[in-house]
Amino acid sequence: MVKGIEAAGIPVVHMCTVTPISMTVGANRIVPTIAIPHPLGNPALTKEEEYELRKGLVEKALNALTTEVEGQTIFDK
Amino acid sequence: MSKIKVVHYINQFFANIGGEEKADFPAEIRVGEVVGPGLALSQKFGDEAEIVATIICGDSYFNENLDKAKADILAMVKEHKPDVFVAGPAFNAGRYGVACGTIADAVQEELGIPAVTGMYVENPGADMFKNKVYMVSTKNSAAGMRDAVGKLAPLALKLAKGEKIGASCQEGYMPNGVRVNFFEKERGSKRAVKMLLKKLADKPFETEYPMPSFDRVDPNPAVKDLSKATIALVTSGGIVPKGNPDHIESSNASHYGEYDIEGVMDLTAETYETAHGGYDPVYANEDADRVLPVDVLREMEKNGVIGKLHNKFYTTVGNGTAVASAKAFADEYAQKLKADGVDAVILTST
Repeated sequence: MVKGIEAAGIPVVHMCTVTPISMTVGANRIVPTIAIPHPLGNPALTKEEEYELRKGLVEKALNALTTEVEGQTIFDK
Repeated sequence: MSKIKVVHYINQFFANIGGEEKADFPAEIRVGEVVGPGLALSQKFGDEAEIVATIICGDSYFNENLDKAKADILAMVKEHKPDVFVAGPAFNAGRYGVACGTIADAVQEELGIPAVTGMYVENPGADMFKNKVYMVSTKNSAAGMRDAVGKLAPLALKLAKGEKIGASCQEGYMPNGVRVNFFEKERGSKRAVKMLLKKLADKPFETEYPMPSFDRVDPNPAVKDLSKATIALVTSGGIVPKGNPDHIESSNASHYGEYDIEGVMDLTAETYETAHGGYDPVYANEDADRVLPVDVLREMEKNGVIGKLHNKFYTTVGNGTAVASAKAFADEYAQKLKADGVDAVILTST
């Protein structure tokens, strides 16, 4: 699906936990996430902490979308 | 001659420990036990080989704790010094396939023990590891167990004995890019003309040089000004309005959903859930923002960080879903996103 969106001319960032799969399917902008059943959350945290965690990840995703890339890039910072 | 020693790797599901709710099961070894698909393998091995131990690991555990799981399992394998290591078969289970490929490759590379695995050709583990370990091509579900074991067992025996492995089409493994020179009975020109005649007669023929399929898309230019950009959310994690109104299947989805989130500030347990059958749904059902971050993007929209969160999201279940279906879904909704003036997409996967 990532490639389908990219091919339509829309920049796309893939947020997922198992980044090697994302590399294999051909995503260009990749942001690693927390865990398979809750990529953008962590039920062990409080609601507030969890929200901050998610916000941080979405900020990384937006940063990836505003960064020019040459090829497949994992944004893990 | 003593029997060939085999160590077998399977996941929590095939070990009968449980489904997705047990996918975080850490690696465990059962010495002297033959578990699940190991029984069929043992039968095929007959008197030639025996499974001396079975290693079981949850699929999520393996993929989320890659380094530790790999190290733990390697230590277990090393202790039993098998002649060959068999992982799976994983069929179309994505995380299981990746785990099988990863561990088979590691056993081979780091312990010098030959390894073999098996899975469906569209399993992401296939593309990742088929050139590194012998990987038997299986059907897409466990209904193909007999067929899979029928190829796995003889290949494992051959590897253990250090026998010469034949071509992929003879042994049933996926082509791994290794070419072997041999003499054809007929000269090239004659074979080419024969192929051409078959083609002209609309008869099936087999090419001697399949064209590689380059399947990459170049990245698009970055978004220039986020504060003016419309961002859309897409997910393969199966987030749907509560009750799954369009009945998106829990695996092998035949369609995607398009849902309006105009005015929706937060996804709650009362309003949204997941239709995905390939991961433990508890966390997503409690709070679907954990998969589709609507709450955060609404705040960013309000604060002007982004121009706008697109008022529709697109969703499907990426669980054993055919690559061809996923591609068709994306081709279709990407056109809608484009027509709606969406500048960029955040796609989340579980």
